[in-house]
Amino acid sequence: MEKFITMAHGDGGEQSHELIQAVFVEPFSSEKEAIFDAATMPWTSGEVVMSTDSFVVKPLFFPGGNIGKLAITGTLNDISVSGAKPMYLTCGFIIEEGFSVDDLKTIVKSMRDEADKFGVKIVAGDTKVVEKGSADGMFINTTAVGMYVHKRPNPYEIQAGDSVLINGTIGDHGVALMTARGQLGITSDIESDCAVLTDMIDKLQAEVASIRIMRDPTRGGLATSLVEIAEDFQCKIIIKERNIPIRNEVHGACDIVGFDPLYMANEGKVIIICAQEDEEKVLTIMKEFKTGQNATKIGSVSEIGIGQLMLETPLGAKRRLSRLAGVMLPRIC
Amino acid sequence: MCVGVPAKVIEKEEYQAVVDVMGSKMTVGIIFVQDVKVGDYVIVHAGQAMSIIDEEAALESLETWKMITEAREAGGQSPIGESNPVVNR
Amino acid sequence: MKEILEKFSDADFSIELLDKVKEVADLFYAKHGRKPVLMEVCGSHTQAFAKSGVKYAIKDHVHLIAGPGCPVCVTDQTSIDSMIELSNKENVIVCTFGDMMRVPGSRYTLMQTKSQGKDVRIVYSPLDAVKIARENPTKEVVFLGIGFETTIPLLGASIKEAVRLDVENYSIWMNTKLVEPILRYLISLGEVKVDGFLLPGHVSIVTGEEFYHFLRDEYNVPGIISGFEPVELLSGLYRLTHCLLSGKAEIINDYPFVVSKKGNKVAQDLMAEFFEIADEPWRGMGVISKSGMDFKPEFNQFNAKRKFDIEIPEARKTKCKCGEIIRGLIEPPACPLFGKACKPVNPIGPCMVSSEGSCAAYYNFMREE
Repeated sequence: MEKFITMAHGDGGEQSHELIQAVFVEPFSSEKEAIFDAATMPWTSGEVVMSTDSFVVKPLFFPGGNIGKLAITGTLNDISVSGAKPMYLTCGFIIEEGFSVDDLKTIVKSMRDEADKFGVKIVAGDTKVVEKGSADGMFINTTAVGMYVHKRPNPYEIQAGDSVLINGTIGDHGVALMTARGQLGITSDIESDCAVLTDMIDKLQAEVASIRIMRDPTRGGLATSLVEIAEDFQCKIIIKERNIPIRNEVHGACDIVGFDPLYMANEGKVIIICAQEDEEKVLTIMKEFKTGQNATKIGSVSEIGIGQLMLETPLGAKRRLSRLAGVMLPRIC
Repeated sequence: MCVGVPAKVIEKEEYQAVVDVMGSKMTVGIIFVQDVKVGDYVIVHAGQAMSIIDEEAALESLETWKMITEAREAGGQSPIGESNPVVNR
Repeated sequence: MKEILEKFSDADFSIELLDKVKEVADLFYAKHGRKPVLMEVCGSHTQAFAKSGVKYAIKDHVHLIAGPGCPVCVTDQTSIDSMIELSNKENVIVCTFGDMMRVPGSRYTLMQTKSQGKDVRIVYSPLDAVKIARENPTKEVVFLGIGFETTIPLLGASIKEAVRLDVENYSIWMNTKLVEPILRYLISLGEVKVDGFLLPGHVSIVTGEEFYHFLRDEYNVPGIISGFEPVELLSGLYRLTHCLLSGKAEIINDYPFVVSKKGNKVAQDLMAEFFEIADEPWRGMGVISKSGMDFKPEFNQFNAKRKFDIEIPEARKTKCKCGEIIRGLIEPPACPLFGKACKPVNPIGPCMVSSEGSCAAYYNFMREE
């Protein structure tokens, strides 16, 4: 096997075969499945839940993960927060010519490891190679299917008094990437929170009846996700600035460039809205998992019929939050 | 007007220093504060340390501000120096 | 030191101070039959007041007006159009603070020219632009020089570096502004009666405390130099209002641990070494005599305005009221475009773009409904 990907690896000929055999078949699935054009898998009756996501990230390797781990995490979490159990996954790679085969193997291995941990099978895949300069190293698309094993959360049951909870600190992924990129010269030890939440969510659903909605606040951050919930389901959510868990390093890095952690990306967080009487139960379960150590209540639903997100500052003043407007740009003056 | 962030100097070279802002670090220029020492806090603007934060003066300011909140107990005396009038209730 | 700094944003302490501010402002009301009118000169103060909730919390007690201290906002449309047009020049790399990227030109933004393949780069410091010039010797690198006294010395430092390293392909498009002339202009204009000024903490690092004595000596207007954390903001409001009650104008340095009496000599020297006082156009105010800085003739090889021939059509006219907002005449909601045609996601005027702009601060942090 060559050390770098060439255009020939995407031609469908001998080198393509060699690449698939050397890199993908062993980690992803059995050889038997690889000889067919499509994968076949067993299914019980019931609805299919499906989600797809494409991953472009710079740098491809960052503290706390890489594009492969991210591609699994992102799509599995989308299925999980919808209230379903992810079962199978497909992945498509677009690779820039000249990409290191060793790096590719590392990425593929992290995908397999992550999927294995949660019993999800990677059943089909595709690889295309594009000319140097046509892709930023590598893009990955993953699609997952899952099924409902618990009662589906019903966001239309959101009521005044419901609690808004999160499983940990916000902005870790966004800041980890920003500092890993080395732009603006900021460095930090912060790691991406990139993690699959399937096991935690499964237990929450099994034990807490009043979960109204779950959302993973990825791009656009906590504020954007909460604005979406508030608008989509016409509820007024008030979060307390004092109660939002943010790491010092995240605060520091954001201060330097004038970013707001409320809008920084997360990849291992879930927002849960549940009945107030269940909030302790949710927090206790979250804390049983490594991904939920800093779980906390950040706010509550104050009324129904108005779709707004409000932030209460430590001074007691409330201000309305909007979706992230455009990309965040460092501000100096 | 000008974003400025307090940062702690953790390494110093001739023209630049590494500063720490709550655990995140960056290299900044120190042409405006050439006598800065490791351990000092500085205000950083656009990649340059603009000013060294004087700890003693900061403590004094804090005391001044605390006196404001105690103004009522000051019983007719101005809480923050003679130049300011008394707040009577 | 860490503990001291943390105290500056302590919520309980802030709440106690907030009560005192209301108390002293109400005494002012009892005496004068109106709220005290205070202007925060600095855009970072505008943002800090709004974001921390201080502005909202005191709105029934103190009339706080955002002043002309947001560099992006005060830059006139023709200058903005020219800076954007620079990016369309062949062989040019435009380097800028991120603040400028989304500012609407008459035809497009830097963000849009960048997406069309023009080389526009966000840098954190003007010195980074000199570095980019050295790495790209066949290109012309232009830094968009906006900002006040805090930033001008950094522009000077970048020219000094370019001179030292013999970098010929670096230049600055100067649209800098000075605090003193604009304060004099606003006071003389007399459109808004300001009782006192919250003076810009970080500009004051460079200028020093004594720089503001003209306010007291020539106009009998008090001012206070303030930091940016909630406790600092509230103390500033309290002490300034207190000063108003006394009827004796004073210049108070409430940021003495950062700002000295005379300012930073190195920074002042860097300004004087390369630049001289020049007339400067301001948004909504026209050209104000001696209100900015431009290159001294002997350094014109670094002057982008001399280096490049920029032709732009007449600036687009909109119903945007940024000019009046900068002068403190109206609050953002009084603009017919505010929150309707003009929002942070689709700004029409610069005050809605810059996070320090009055409109953006109002839209993001002051809306209740």
